[in-house]
Amino acid sequence: MPDKKHVVIDPITRIEGHLRIEVDVKNGKVEDAWSTGTLWRGIEPILQGRDIRDAGLLVQRICGVCTWSHYEANTMSAEVALGIKPPTNARLVRNLINASEFMHDHTVHFYALASLDWADVGGALKADPQKASDLAHQFSKQPYNASADHYREIIEKLKKFVASGQLGPFAGAYIGNKLYKLPPEGDLILISHYLDALYTQVILAQMMAIYGAKNPHPQSLVVGGITSVMDMLDARRIGQYASKLEDVGNFIQHAYLPDIDLVTYFYKDEFKENIGCGAENFLSYGGFPETNDWEAEFRYLPQGVIYNRDLSKVEKVNKQFITESIAHSWYKGPNEGIYPGKEDTVPEYTGLNKDGTVKRNGKYSWVKAPRYKGKMMEVGPLARLMVGYASNHNNMRDMLDNFLEKHSANINQMFSTVGRTAARALETAYIWHGAHRWINDLITNLKQGDERTWTRFEYPEQETNTAVALYEAPRGSLAHFVRIKGKDVTHYQVVIPSTWNASPRDEKGQRGAYEESLINIPVPDTDEPLAILRTVHSFDPCMACAVHLVDVDNDKIKKFKVEV
Amino acid sequence: MNSKQMNEYYLSMLDDVDERLDSVCDKESEEEFQRKLEEKGFARRDFLKWTSFMTAALMLPPVFESRIARAAAIKQRTPIIWLHMAECTGCTESFLRTREPDIAQLIFDKISLAYHDTLMMASGERAEKSLEDAIKRYKGKYICVIEGGIPTKDGGIYLTIGSKGETGLSKAKRITKDARLTLAFGTCAAFGGVQAAYPNPTGAKGVRDALGIEIVNVSGCPPSSINMVGTILHILLFDKIPPLDEIYRPLWAYGSRIHDYCERRAHFDAGEFVEEWGDEGAKKGWCLYKMGCKGPLTYNNCPRYRFNQGTNWPIGGGHGCIGCSEPNFWDTMTPFEEPNEKAGIRIPGGNGVEATSDKIGSFLAGATAAGIGVHAIGSIIRAKAEKKTGKIDDKESK
Repeated sequence: MPDKKHVVIDPITRIEGHLRIEVDVKNGKVEDAWSTGTLWRGIEPILQGRDIRDAGLLVQRICGVCTWSHYEANTMSAEVALGIKPPTNARLVRNLINASEFMHDHTVHFYALASLDWADVGGALKADPQKASDLAHQFSKQPYNASADHYREIIEKLKKFVASGQLGPFAGAYIGNKLYKLPPEGDLILISHYLDALYTQVILAQMMAIYGAKNPHPQSLVVGGITSVMDMLDARRIGQYASKLEDVGNFIQHAYLPDIDLVTYFYKDEFKENIGCGAENFLSYGGFPETNDWEAEFRYLPQGVIYNRDLSKVEKVNKQFITESIAHSWYKGPNEGIYPGKEDTVPEYTGLNKDGTVKRNGKYSWVKAPRYKGKMMEVGPLARLMVGYASNHNNMRDMLDNFLEKHSANINQMFSTVGRTAARALETAYIWHGAHRWINDLITNLKQGDERTWTRFEYPEQETNTAVALYEAPRGSLAHFVRIKGKDVTHYQVVIPSTWNASPRDEKGQRGAYEESLINIPVPDTDEPLAILRTVHSFDPCMACAVHLVDVDNDKIKKFKVEV
Repeated sequence: MNSKQMNEYYLSMLDDVDERLDSVCDKESEEEFQRKLEEKGFARRDFLKWTSFMTAALMLPPVFESRIARAAAIKQRTPIIWLHMAECTGCTESFLRTREPDIAQLIFDKISLAYHDTLMMASGERAEKSLEDAIKRYKGKYICVIEGGIPTKDGGIYLTIGSKGETGLSKAKRITKDARLTLAFGTCAAFGGVQAAYPNPTGAKGVRDALGIEIVNVSGCPPSSINMVGTILHILLFDKIPPLDEIYRPLWAYGSRIHDYCERRAHFDAGEFVEEWGDEGAKKGWCLYKMGCKGPLTYNNCPRYRFNQGTNWPIGGGHGCIGCSEPNFWDTMTPFEEPNEKAGIRIPGGNGVEATSDKIGSFLAGATAAGIGVHAIGSIIRAKAEKKTGKIDDKESK
């Protein structure tokens, strides 16, 4: 008899929001998988009829992690709808704020949310501090906080923590699990940087607050420009931002990147065997505008679509090919995929099976299933890097080739959990370089006497056409669609990165990116689904974002109100 | 309670606090704490700076500085069970930005995050077990922190957590029952927040309204880390909740109006206003009232402590306040970029002076009640009635 077992993992921790993963495990490997978003907040109808100038702050509350992304994407979509081009200063300041968010998000993700999938706390306790220091020096000439004394202190701290019996976040850790591959000293290096990253992320949040007023939920962005003109004109603020950028750069160069090399080195088998990537197609809308035209294709992060992992061709993005299916999502409506905004968002919760598992052939998630040309796509750092590589965008190809060469790896290995994790780290460094340039551009522009931060606009008497902002959030491709009449939002939709990745099956039965990536993942012990978590975490799930397609239309809302 | 009464209230508790600190700290733990500070490279004066900062932030009489210093050396870590409801994790993110003391120290030294699903290692069954274990082990002793509003419509099905598909509503009910006290962190947990904005499709409510239990509201979208950590520190120090305003927010944080401590207030009084984003007034830091600033309607300590270790705050960043620590602000404070005509605020150059904060308070309650029938009103009105009967003081003397 085959050894087959169904496993429910709910809650998935160390993510944003509420996610359940169910898998069938057969002969120690995942045979099939289901991804379920378990929270619906119903932000859809709330935007209806609101002042367009309030919409950005409202959609920002979709997510407190990518706390800038929805705010900026919304504002850009409004600006496209109103036909205005904000001044250069506004673009550069926005890019600087966005850069702090990307670096923040990626750093927090790897250390606070993902590092414990790679490093065993139990191993760290057994590590030899001197050997750990030596190991750190193998991966970096100047490793971050890597003296034997420092490591000794960390071990002491951990030991005391364990002895106290109050384990806090480490309670239930998968200590000694065989899927951990780092030597004890490697475990210690990562856990010591886990603590250092808690400090680094505070600095990154301060960087956002310099021009963004605060973090989370910055508040200096308005339709037409930015409000933080005083901060922008204050030379000390530029100095502050630049010096914090150096602090952070120190961490990225001497902790984050070497740690990724460490992980890649010790998990080389997983890297080689392409474990943890199921998607064949990759999508990136492009991010960080380099001109004041929000519809321009060329941006600091690349735009394009790759099919069948074929890096010889990159197709242009056309928003008309985006559809969404609710065949397996808890909403009413037709099963086939529809262009976003043509569907109604009417909840229809059909519950779980009696044994608490999801109805695998029916509806099983609050997340919808977006598709591009009917195909399942992966979005996020890996997609961006591969699109950038394939289109030879800026220096992305060199950046990745260097990494691959260091690990004697070939490009196809990138389609893996290790590859996705590395892509995020490489991107962090890439964005860090971008931030340097935007500071210089800002200084140059200010020196020319340009102090403009805002563009005046008129409210349209007639309803505008649907305007779209194609945008990249840290987790991937984000699109905001808007129509405006007078001051009011008459139509609004968002298609979100984690919706692409966490999507359930569509009407054709195609799995979403999490689901597909879990197939064949080893699960030697179903009580400790470490490899599953490692892969799901590597996408950096953000469920508050994923579950709430904003979809607002006058008549539809009325209908919605009747329904509920 | 005015500040004089608060002073008296705290001074009257001095003996109790000393007695409590004697029981939870000893010479050994204090010495050990000192040693640790030195190891971490903190000078004694850094630490004293921190204690006086926290004493001032909590609006305690100066005599408490030495008590705050002792509280930092408490032996036992207070277990915290942190639940996520309908939320965006912004409050957790804000909490993670804490540097006073920094989060690593909080995790390891002062509190035990017995359950927090954004940070904890284990998932699934193992996570559920550590939650259930923590509830049993710390029964009656743990602080339950709730982040997010609670969907209540259709039996709360819009949020389910765990392998049994338990609703957030049921889970919150079950876990707050055995908590020593419950803290609602953020405007969603306090008053329902963004998902409760009109038309509130999931029937989201704040914790007090959803569960009918006593709580402390630490509102804000998100609240500053000072307000969250300060509330926990207050509890460590006094072993009871701080004096609260009529909507259950700690007075030390929410006792004064943004407008009254605003760095741009002088420009308001002088009639100097920003008239358009990026204009000369904006470059000079003039008042944002005409750009819709809701500072005159909002109670919080943002002007004093700002955000991200004092880096900046919305008004500093040239944007008006949006009133995010007030109930139902998505409906009462919008449009954010226009002054609220109904609030009766007279600007200089008009007739007479600006309305008093009392009048504004009653405007807010009125406006909400007249608004679109979201549950938050209930809590304000109820709270007002209870305030009159002195219920808050009763709670304190318990």
